[in-house]
Amino acid sequence: MSYELIFDVKRGDFETAGEASRKIKHTLQQLGISNKIIRKVSIAGYEGEMNLAIHSSGGKIILEVGEKELILTIEDVGPGIQDLNLAMTEGWSTAGDEVRQMGFGAGMGLPNMKNNADDFEITSKIGEGTKIVMKFLV
Amino acid sequence: MEKLLHSVYLDEEKCLGCTTCLRSCPTGAIRVRGGKAIINESKCIDCGECIRICPHHAKLAKTDLLSKKENYKYKVALVAPAIIGQFKPKYSITEILSAVKALGFDEVVEVAYGAEVVGQALKYEYHAKRYPKPLISSACPAVVKLIQVRFPELTDNICRLKSPMAMTARLVRKRLREEGDFKNDEIGVFFITPCAAKATMVNNPATTEYDKYDLIDGAIAIKDIYSDLSSHIGNCPIQEGIHNTTPESCSWALSGGESEYLKNKNVLHVDGIQNVINVLEEIECGKLDTIEFFEGLACIGGCVGGCLTVENNYVAKMYIQDRAKKMKQTSIVHMSDEYVKSIYNSGMMHIKERILPRSPVPLDQDINKAIAKMKQIEILEDKLPGLDCGSCGAPGCRALAEDIVAGKAKEIDCVFVLKDRVRDLSVLTNELLQVEHPTEKPLNKKD
Repeated sequence: MSYELIFDVKRGDFETAGEASRKIKHTLQQLGISNKIIRKVSIAGYEGEMNLAIHSSGGKIILEVGEKELILTIEDVGPGIQDLNLAMTEGWSTAGDEVRQMGFGAGMGLPNMKNNADDFEITSKIGEGTKIVMKFLV
Repeated sequence: MEKLLHSVYLDEEKCLGCTTCLRSCPTGAIRVRGGKAIINESKCIDCGECIRICPHHAKLAKTDLLSKKENYKYKVALVAPAIIGQFKPKYSITEILSAVKALGFDEVVEVAYGAEVVGQALKYEYHAKRYPKPLISSACPAVVKLIQVRFPELTDNICRLKSPMAMTARLVRKRLREEGDFKNDEIGVFFITPCAAKATMVNNPATTEYDKYDLIDGAIAIKDIYSDLSSHIGNCPIQEGIHNTTPESCSWALSGGESEYLKNKNVLHVDGIQNVINVLEEIECGKLDTIEFFEGLACIGGCVGGCLTVENNYVAKMYIQDRAKKMKQTSIVHMSDEYVKSIYNSGMMHIKERILPRSPVPLDQDINKAIAKMKQIEILEDKLPGLDCGSCGAPGCRALAEDIVAGKAKEIDCVFVLKDRVRDLSVLTNELLQVEHPTEKPLNKKD
């Protein structure tokens, strides 16, 4: 049996940012997932949520819970990423000053997601959007 | 399973089942059943929010009576620094402590003394390798329990130095043991407490923090002795030398007091249980990765806001700051680095066991069954009005849906669902009334 949770995240919506990750955490606790995995999913989910709010024109976070693995998908409509290798480099960011002043845009988002997930896949099309699929083994 | 003991309890006669406390509980531990509030012990963290908010004063904290000290030959009072905020600054700290002694104690020791030792030792403990960052203060027992229950992934971040209270008890018992006039069990050590969470720490024998040499025999609420203290203050013999702490250590009663000892680090101090929860959520998802030390206190203002204090917490803060200022001008007692280091290195400051998570119980141990239950909860939640009114005895619609799936509540506990059912029933009743029964004479045809 599998279970799915979907959240919509709007661009620039910092007021409610973090809500999806909080809900994901609470749900995983109720499903009996171990604390270690919850922490990883929380961090990756939060980074994804922030990326949607900062860089995209809006997108979705989808959590699928199965018996053996959790799949966290972050999908957006947006500018897409020019150079994926560069984007995966720690400290590299295209975030503007305003966002940096809020404490975001340190260039750790994607690397952080990759480090926390057991499997990480990113695809991006310029002018269309970006899709990240992360897997966590239960 | 470990037995969890609590200090917060209900006076059933006073409880009207009004549901005011339901939503004040940060862990959702309260339900109203049979017209009375019930506290789920595995979720309660003894923060005292329900004690503060109950309009009928039906929520109480289990503390000890002053008379309990009579069971001991040598009676020691350990006084929480919050007490000095309870009285106007025209009284000196020496006068306040002397008034505590006049209640019938042989000796009065400020917990601020232990606070100074722990505070100074923090700079050593900070560098211990076992902690993920940020290091989280263990000073507030309600916050420690909150982390165990709601933020289980952060338990390894909690500082494992003993609390100032336990440290002070340890040092007092050690000195008395060395003096040799009394056996350890002839000495009664009592903590004068500002809050319920500390009372639980004292009265909960399952706590691993203690061994018999830092045993505290009882917790006495500040508010229970306040009136006696008020009459003694200024009218009882003054004992010089009774007060020997620093202005910094007295400030442990205030939010940010402990953080002062790690001035050169990135510290964040937060007070009020809901604020603490919000910041812990940010720490948990990795957002606050530049914070090196986090001090969270459950009560607004810190321990001065404890539910067993008397004075308004903002006023109490002003009184403490006023006295701290005066202390800086007069007597500064410095504790030597060597002294603190010797205690730190002796190992007696450390809580030996790991602080373990008390993770919430999942919907089911089997993940497939848990998922099935989660889906049921969501279907039910959609049917409920989403008003979180509390009339069903649960803190919100989601909580009711969870209770129903757990078999602890019924759908018609919701007054809106009940009303819908009554309406359906009345429609059906009307319909049935219209039906002509074969053996029934038609109603409107007479003769």
